[in-house]
Amino acid sequence: MIDFLNSIIVLLNFIIIPGISYGSQLALGALGVTFVYAILRFANFAHGEIMSFGAMITILFTWFFQSQNIGLGILPTALLALPIGIIATIILCIISDKFVFQYYRYQKSVPVVLAMVSIGVMFVINAIIRIIIGTETIKFSDGQKFIMKAKQFKVMTGLNEGLALKSSQVITILITILLLTFTFWFLQKTKTGKSMRAFSDNEDLALLSGINPDRVVFTTWIIVGVLACVAGTLYGLDKSYKPIIYLNLVLPIFASAIVGGIGSPFGAVVGGYVIAFSEIMVTYAYKKFFVYLLPSSIEPTGLVQLLSTDYKFAVSFSILVIVLLIRPSGIFKGKVL
Amino acid sequence: MNNLIGKNLTAGYGGVDIIKDINLEVNEGEIVVIVGPNGAGKSTAMKALLGMLSLTSGFVEYSNEEISSMLPQNRINLGLAFVPQTNNVFTGMTVEENLEMGGFLRDDDIIHTINDVYDLFPILKEKRNQSAGELSGGQRQQVAFGRALMTQPKILMLDEPTAGVSPIVMDELFSRIIEVRKTGVGILMVEQNAKQALAIADRGYVLVNGKNSREGTGEELLNNPEVRKSFLGG
Repeated sequence: MIDFLNSIIVLLNFIIIPGISYGSQLALGALGVTFVYAILRFANFAHGEIMSFGAMITILFTWFFQSQNIGLGILPTALLALPIGIIATIILCIISDKFVFQYYRYQKSVPVVLAMVSIGVMFVINAIIRIIIGTETIKFSDGQKFIMKAKQFKVMTGLNEGLALKSSQVITILITILLLTFTFWFLQKTKTGKSMRAFSDNEDLALLSGINPDRVVFTTWIIVGVLACVAGTLYGLDKSYKPIIYLNLVLPIFASAIVGGIGSPFGAVVGGYVIAFSEIMVTYAYKKFFVYLLPSSIEPTGLVQLLSTDYKFAVSFSILVIVLLIRPSGIFKGKVL
Repeated sequence: MNNLIGKNLTAGYGGVDIIKDINLEVNEGEIVVIVGPNGAGKSTAMKALLGMLSLTSGFVEYSNEEISSMLPQNRINLGLAFVPQTNNVFTGMTVEENLEMGGFLRDDDIIHTINDVYDLFPILKEKRNQSAGELSGGQRQQVAFGRALMTQPKILMLDEPTAGVSPIVMDELFSRIIEVRKTGVGILMVEQNAKQALAIADRGYVLVNGKNSREGTGEELLNNPEVRKSFLGG
């Protein structure tokens, strides 16, 4: 019995909790990509860099607040800087729209052209970030690091295995719940949210109903800015901030959005968790888990790891391929908000 | 008295004029039908009136005011409404949300107008929380119609409102159109079912090859031997 409990704790500690928090970060990222796809109708490859930019501004202001000795006590100072990061990210989105995307939209360019344009925007933002903050790994989480330490848990329960709960994980999960609830409420209940769904559903009819396309696009960028900055900051807070990581994050984020059914916000969220859990479950070494569960005679000697963690991006790619082969429309049929 | 007039309209797509020198007029409280063979430019004429394509020459007047260069959205604001032939509902949204989107531009309380639409199409009230994409063709057409009525238009333009619905539903839709006219709305419609449409029309226009070929009251056109022979099947 104790062995069974220990094995469950191992799973919780190494797969479920990290999976939920990584999944939340992917879900928020994928939701941003989905909004751009459903309203502006192109795949925004710059999304990872927009996230990175938001996280960078948040870090800069975190440093500033730290130098002024302003903090939130046990909570990370980054939460105080986050609203400023969000505003800066929204401004970045709107500037890139006004100077770049708007032109192609008015030209009625095909989506693939806009996707290529977004790659250009991605490089520009990436360069700006490197000039401002460099390429080093930055740890900016402060405050109380753990809500529960592994050791505390062991003492508390008397089990062999510890269960650690990082405050960044709890913050990630809480903020994600808050933001997702707000986003879905906004889309379903408010007039502006409904007009965005209408625009995404049938652009011509939305115009005939008097819905102003420029306002819909503007609101979209505001939402995208909020989602991207929060997702980027939470990821950096949980792991660490490094510009190159956000470039790599674009792949699992797009996989999440497509797996869930591109254009469907609910699908994007589900896709985020599917990708996160797959990556973690396939690359986790289950040796400890089986040692607890199996009698010592058939205990595994190897690591019982399906793939090395170096291959975790291959996992998102494989899931993407499998979904596109079996169910090309994604888990939830997409296209419309 | 509000009226919509198209004078000497010439327009088309990609530099090719589909309608040439067409005159159309619709007044408040009357049903006007445009009939003609396939490819005669009926729908194009209607889109030209709404500003969905730019005019090569001619102009559009609404209540003695020239609106030729106005965007379609702004014409909606003036009191025009349009129901396209296809893709005329928001398929992912509920019936009620479709109606709400129809009244998007209004700042006043739209609940009364929604109830008016439900009175006109009782089936929509039953299906108010169902998504419009799940409805039958005839019900969808009613949603489309209702959405257009939400702006409380003075002139309503319908592009083949009965395309692809059964004869029973068609009769039903036509009787609703007559009811809408009673409230003082002017209706301009393009119809394939020319016979039935002319029967309820106050006036009609026959377009052939993008030109005005004939006009008159519904009855005159119905009884005209030439018109009967060409599009009404004898």
